[in-house]
Amino acid sequence: MTRYESLEASLGHTPLIGLPKLSPKVETGKPLVRLWAKLEDRNPTGSIKDRTAIAMIDDAEKTGRLKPGATILEPTSGNTGISLAMIAKVRGYKLICVMPENTSIERTQILEMWGAKIIYSPAAGGSNEAVRVAKELSEKNPDWVFLYQYGNPANTLAHYKTTGPEIFEDLPTITHFVAGLGTTGTLMGAGKYLREKNPDISIIAAEPRYGEVVYGLRNLDAGFVPELYDASVITRRFSVGAEDSVRRVKELLEVEGIFAGISTGAILHAALGIAKECVDAGVGADIAFIVCDAGWKYLSTGIYGKDGDSEVLDGQLWA
Amino acid sequence: MSAPTIEVRIPTILRPYTKNEKTVSAEATNLGELVAALDKSYTGLGDRLLENGELRRFINVYINDEDVRFMGSLAATLKAGDSVTILPAVAGGC
Repeated sequence: MTRYESLEASLGHTPLIGLPKLSPKVETGKPLVRLWAKLEDRNPTGSIKDRTAIAMIDDAEKTGRLKPGATILEPTSGNTGISLAMIAKVRGYKLICVMPENTSIERTQILEMWGAKIIYSPAAGGSNEAVRVAKELSEKNPDWVFLYQYGNPANTLAHYKTTGPEIFEDLPTITHFVAGLGTTGTLMGAGKYLREKNPDISIIAAEPRYGEVVYGLRNLDAGFVPELYDASVITRRFSVGAEDSVRRVKELLEVEGIFAGISTGAILHAALGIAKECVDAGVGADIAFIVCDAGWKYLSTGIYGKDGDSEVLDGQLWA
Repeated sequence: MSAPTIEVRIPTILRPYTKNEKTVSAEATNLGELVAALDKSYTGLGDRLLENGELRRFINVYINDEDVRFMGSLAATLKAGDSVTILPAVAGGC
């Protein structure tokens, strides 16, 4: 179906795209190892976070936390804020985003376009600082509705109810699911659903590894593990740096024509590593991975150009 | 056979323990041995990495970019050429 009552209603049911050229070659007679990309940029505001945002707002409305005209508060490095900003605009809420100062300029522009207010948190400490500042603001302003994607079960549930089932319906032979680790909502929700359908499935986390500034915490106790995170859902977890992520995101563009955001490069890097292991072991695999968003919001970094270098991302929160 | 020498990348927050060295090395065949060897050379570092004999909650350790918690944690084996990265746990983006 391609007709919807509203923009919001068009959420999800994103395409799962085969990657015939990037999938590794196997010797004749050996089982196929295939890569599949779920294009989450085809959501209403262009990222997987529309699922999280709509689910959290629906839940807060249902439970009575969110009343007409209320102000929503959220720590975000961009995409969740952008999703919330669009929905808040349409449904008549105000939105305040706490965002690290070291994110791409497009994120600020898009947030402001939909009327969100931005409070910047210090670059050092990255999203940890955004979470800390948002928690402080929430305590000082009890009338603001703090949705808090890192600890809100509606985030995980959104992926359990939509992302997971969509992938399984399109690819019942799935052997590996690879996604980015941020709030952990995608991996926890879709991963749990997929494992219920296939107990042998591997759930693979690709965690972006930033430049040093993002790890510049005041002390170790300022570290952060999202409340939603349950390590038992995950089979393996990889840390992927900016250099590998940029190399892969360009490969995806050049070989398959898919224009993705930088965090997708980290996910693809992990997916290709798994694919190689399967080829070496002579086992067949259907590896589905998430394309979180398209590259538009990251053009200002210059990484897509011929001479684009991952070094420009050194101080940035690029995922 | 002697244990392989493993290169370890140290995050800014722990560099006061390594005389501000970004990269240090130690001989070990698994991660537990590596932490013990590092603590011998850099007193106090072991205590920042471990609590009650386990990795601290806000410490992540990777062998060749893979999280050791899914490779046996302190029992994760090390071989020549492996590199270890230690990072504090931070919130991801989005």
